[in-house]
Amino acid sequence: MTDIRREAPPEQGTPVVSVKDVDLNFAGVKALSGVTFDVNDNELFAIIGPNGAGKTSIFNVLSGVYRPQAGSVTFLGEDLLGKRPHVVAGLGMARTFQNIELFENLDVVDNLMLGRHHHLGYGWPSAVAWLGRAQKAEIRNRRYVEEIIDFLEIEPYRRMPAGLLPYGVQKRIELGRALAMEPKLLLLDEPVAGMNGEETEDMARFILDIRSELGIPMILVEHDMGLVMDLADRVMAMDFGRPVATGLPSEVQAHPEVIRAYLGSPDPEEVA
Amino acid sequence: MTSTRLRGRPLVRTSYAQDMSLLNTPAKRRSTILIIIVSFLVPFIVTDDLLLVLTLGMISAVGAIGLNLVTGYAGQVSLGHAFFIGLGAYTGAVLGGDTDASVTGYGLPIYIWLPAAGVVAALAGLLVGPIAVRLRGLYLAIVTLGLVFLGDHIFRESRSLTGGPGVGRRGPDLVIFGIDLEESGVVLGLDLAREQRQFFMALVFLIIFAVLGRNIARSGVGRAFSAIRDRDVAAAVIGVDLTKYKVMAFAMSSFFAGVTGALYYAVVGVFEPSAFGLLLSVQYLAMVLIGGVATISGAIMGALFISSLGRISGEIAHVLPFISESSSGSGLLSVFQLEAILYGVLIVVFLIFEPRGLFGIWTRVRNYWKGWPFSY
Ligand SMILES: Nc1ncnc2c1ncn2[C@@H]1O[C@H](COP(=O)(O)OP(=O)(O)OP(=O)(O)O)[C@@H](O)[C@H]1O
Ligand SMILES: [Mg+2]
Repeated sequence: MTDIRREAPPEQGTPVVSVKDVDLNFAGVKALSGVTFDVNDNELFAIIGPNGAGKTSIFNVLSGVYRPQAGSVTFLGEDLLGKRPHVVAGLGMARTFQNIELFENLDVVDNLMLGRHHHLGYGWPSAVAWLGRAQKAEIRNRRYVEEIIDFLEIEPYRRMPAGLLPYGVQKRIELGRALAMEPKLLLLDEPVAGMNGEETEDMARFILDIRSELGIPMILVEHDMGLVMDLADRVMAMDFGRPVATGLPSEVQAHPEVIRAYLGSPDPEEVA
Repeated sequence: MTSTRLRGRPLVRTSYAQDMSLLNTPAKRRSTILIIIVSFLVPFIVTDDLLLVLTLGMISAVGAIGLNLVTGYAGQVSLGHAFFIGLGAYTGAVLGGDTDASVTGYGLPIYIWLPAAGVVAALAGLLVGPIAVRLRGLYLAIVTLGLVFLGDHIFRESRSLTGGPGVGRRGPDLVIFGIDLEESGVVLGLDLAREQRQFFMALVFLIIFAVLGRNIARSGVGRAFSAIRDRDVAAAVIGVDLTKYKVMAFAMSSFFAGVTGALYYAVVGVFEPSAFGLLLSVQYLAMVLIGGVATISGAIMGALFISSLGRISGEIAHVLPFISESSSGSGLLSVFQLEAILYGVLIVVFLIFEPRGLFGIWTRVRNYWKGWPFSY
């Protein structure tokens, strides 16, 4: 490399992902404006905000699905803007979706194996011939997938089509597919939305385990305030596409702008 | 690997290799071996005219497996399959056919013209594939339909290669390992008629291409195809390059189509440019839909079934007095109209009642017998 970018691995303290002044518009709708934040190594960073605040839009910008009109996004020292989703995935960004996006006709193993797509290490000629190379790669990656199946306790569903499984299990499988990618940053879009108490606790446990056992930094979008306050290291609150407060969970929770965003108005009479 | 299967529990697998193998249950292994053995006996049981129907059905099955790769697995509906079959047919005929007064032919052997037919069609697929990146669903279907008209025009005009409309040309010569499949005689101690020889050839090619198709389907490539079909945004976000895999699906599918085109008309003999019209594309879609979307065995069943439909409607016409057996007959319907109606009705019936096609029916029958006498 001859450019000015650093060749050495990012030193400690360099953020994993760095978002600066990102604007995103859809035909007049300002989905994001001036969004700026960093996520550090091994950090669990949460994004909160009312419906339509732009949380999912941030994920879509990060994973290359949307291209912002202004600003910059840097991931592990690479400029992400203009990179297509599969390239971003190859750099180590994984995500789950707010509305489950599993491959519903494929079984659980195949869904997770698709998470291994970048790690397969064989191309179409080996696939067609299905000789030693492809077989060995499949077995190696299958082992990895089985470890994730163990980790997420989804053994009974292995060979069932993902689309037929209960909602809570599907959410877990989506997390598994993202983990199968061996991500360097994990984006979780409302992982406990629509779940009952027990399922929420399980999911919280998995998120904590991912952090302690796998050490993967995460961005968590969640409406469940209890969960956010318990898990997150730092929180960013959004309203109408712009960040209103970023800091420790307790600080953000007490921030007057955040209270206003959530209650609609500082005057309790107008809320009712 | 020295994995021993647990006795009496055939569904317990002790290694991932076993789980991923071509036929991963003993039942599948047994039934497939049985089917292959029976298939090799068929030529000694069945009459020659029916044998030809089955031979052409098996050759069509190769093309149906190909269409299933792009449409069934990757979810890209293509009405252009006839175009790729035509390209293969003419590549095969020009390279492997004889030169006569009106058309060019190089008289090359099958191990050149057959792969070349696949490769030429695949290259065309590579060119067409990028369209699928921009368009989806109905729009893609319409644009690929345009290919058929483009092909029709090119095939009509290239008289020195195709013979032109109303004249046509012969397909490539079918000689494998010095055995001329257009003649009868003794092979490996067996006195085989031309139809029997051709049947064996088609069966061997079908087995080869079915295995190749299955390999693609069970590999990372096939998984990527299915991911694109089910959820393209999610597929991209987990790392599947949509452009690359859509183009690959078209190229692979077209390779199968090209091989089918060359072999089919090697058996049929003389063919005309009009063979590669919309009807042919629709027939192949019917094979995939009726056989079973995204299964290799379904594509084979569908191809055999659709290929027999002409014969079946002929038999029906025989029985029903108001259907004439020629196109100019005096009946209410001609046998060709009956065939077209049967296509339409079958496609609609399968789409509504058994979207998983013949393969779905087969699975249900199998499960019924597995559980017999308990219905659960
Ligand atoms: N593809 C799109 N086209 C047009 N507008 C969009 C698109 N995606 C998002 N928006 C708009 O951008 C704004 C932010 O949407 P986004 O989905 O990011 O919100 P969110 O914070 O995730 O909300 P929720 O909590 O409901 O999931 C909304 O006004 C939405 O209508
Ligand atoms: Mg959202």
